[in-house]
Amino acid sequence: MLVNQFLLLSAFLFCTGVYGVLARRNAVMVLMSIELMLNAVNINLLTFGVLHGTVSGQVFALFIIAVAAAEVAVGLAIVLLIYRNRSNIDVDDLDLMKG
Amino acid sequence: MELAMLAFERPAIDWHAFAPELVLLAVGSILTLIDIVYNERARRVMPALAAVGLLATLVPVLTLAVDGADRSMFDGAFVVDDMALTLKALFLISGFVVVLLSVDYIRDGDYHENEYYSLLLASLLGMVLIASSRDLITMFIALELLSIPAYMLAAWRKGGATSNEAGLKYYLMGVFASAIMLYGMSLIFGVSGSTQFDAIRVALDTGGDSAPMVTLGILFVLVGFGFKVSAVPFHTWAPDVYEGSPTPITAFLAVAAKAAGFVALLQLVFVAFSGRYDVVEPFFWIMAALTMTVGNLMALRQTNIVRMLAYSGVAQGGFMLAPFAVAGQATDSAIQAIVTYLIIYAFMNLGAFAVVLAVAKKTRSGEISSYAGLFSYAPGLAVAMTVFMAALAGIPPAGGWVAKLLVWRALLDASSVQGTVLAVVVAFNAVLAFSYYAKVLREMWMSDAPDGDTSPVSVSGTLTLALGLTVLATLAFGVFPQLAARFGDFSASFAL
Repeated sequence: MLVNQFLLLSAFLFCTGVYGVLARRNAVMVLMSIELMLNAVNINLLTFGVLHGTVSGQVFALFIIAVAAAEVAVGLAIVLLIYRNRSNIDVDDLDLMKG
Repeated sequence: MELAMLAFERPAIDWHAFAPELVLLAVGSILTLIDIVYNERARRVMPALAAVGLLATLVPVLTLAVDGADRSMFDGAFVVDDMALTLKALFLISGFVVVLLSVDYIRDGDYHENEYYSLLLASLLGMVLIASSRDLITMFIALELLSIPAYMLAAWRKGGATSNEAGLKYYLMGVFASAIMLYGMSLIFGVSGSTQFDAIRVALDTGGDSAPMVTLGILFVLVGFGFKVSAVPFHTWAPDVYEGSPTPITAFLAVAAKAAGFVALLQLVFVAFSGRYDVVEPFFWIMAALTMTVGNLMALRQTNIVRMLAYSGVAQGGFMLAPFAVAGQATDSAIQAIVTYLIIYAFMNLGAFAVVLAVAKKTRSGEISSYAGLFSYAPGLAVAMTVFMAALAGIPPAGGWVAKLLVWRALLDASSVQGTVLAVVVAFNAVLAFSYYAKVLREMWMSDAPDGDTSPVSVSGTLTLALGLTVLATLAFGVFPQLAARFGDFSASFAL
């Protein structure tokens, strides 16, 4: 089985996601980058699940997909709240509190 | 293929072991239903129902404790033992105190009231569940169940810019940390082929040729939880979130949510990763030393009491991380130190936030200077705050000194160079911490009230009850140190 290729793909996706979270300023893009990281995890889990011949990898991935959907729903609600109050969702502008 | 082979066989369920979660779930659902049916008319009864529900949840926890037998379900993914029960009780009591703190604050402010208590209970359900989880999937679900409502609660003041900001910062940091933690979990699953902690422990002990992957997996998981417990250098969200959130939620996040992170770490480090103390110990050594020192140095320069308590919470987290640095060398005393610290920290910190809430009602300010002359017009609050500040600084007879002593003992029990050096760092930080707690004390006792305004502070009944509970617990743990040590002694739970 081609395990390495899947793991490399997942590592690449994960790094892209981390870069996106750290570098993007638009809150929605940050959310999408986090989705990339979670999908990298899912690829890992499925690969390892098949490698070990166990179903728990797929079960774990299903749980992650479901929880990620719930998380994004809450995240978008908070982003919408901020958009309503400030008409802008730039995360760098959220700097009322410091020190 | 025969149909019988495909038939789903239900695993054996021990309903008694599951009772605390089920009761809490039932109470949360009832609250949500009442909110839907009666809407605004139910506002007045919501906090009472939530408080009664939390106390009702304590009943099965107590019956399980009296029964005393260790229970395990779903192939060991859900375990009820003495430590799980103690921590469940701690979460429920913290939740009860937070409800007491919330009543007036949420009623008087411009808040949605009904959903607030349902979400608080949902978050507590996650915490109660995490105390029993011995499986990566269960732990992940419990962690998200406690985090997602907390993101919403942090942003509860919908119109307030700081609350919005707190909500988004907490959310982004939380999901980012979850994603990192999950990546680590996927690597560990890859090496062990199982999600259960016992199987992972066995697999990591023998997994020789995949050692780098194991190390990477463990580090990713620990970094993920480092965010959750606001350990330096992953603490930057904490002060902003604490300052911006509604104050009762700040107390909830600083005490219950942080304790949940530590509970998860306890199970991961002492069960799942117990074969790899060579990776875990140096990581926690560095993180504990950094967390204490940076937390204390930053707390010194704060002028806002909530921010000061936030950084003091970061520093206190460092004291709790320290015993992990000798996890393999002095396992039993390390576990005892961490659990005892969690219990005492919960009461003293909740108490400090109760005083902050009571004083802010009069002064409408979060500045430490607004505590000037508190003793002259609210002696009760000043004495209570003195107890909590003394406890946080670790001065007997208030509770904190027992916790610090046990941390020291664990570090010295290791009788290694690293342990002793970290014990010196802890001692240095305990002295450093005293200076900013003393700043509050000096304001309260020595300074004059601003503008000579000495009209008394009106403290509501629920707040008085919360203050009474926390003062009593803080003093009891300090005067009878055996009490706290008894609750924290679980060497049997981790007898592997």
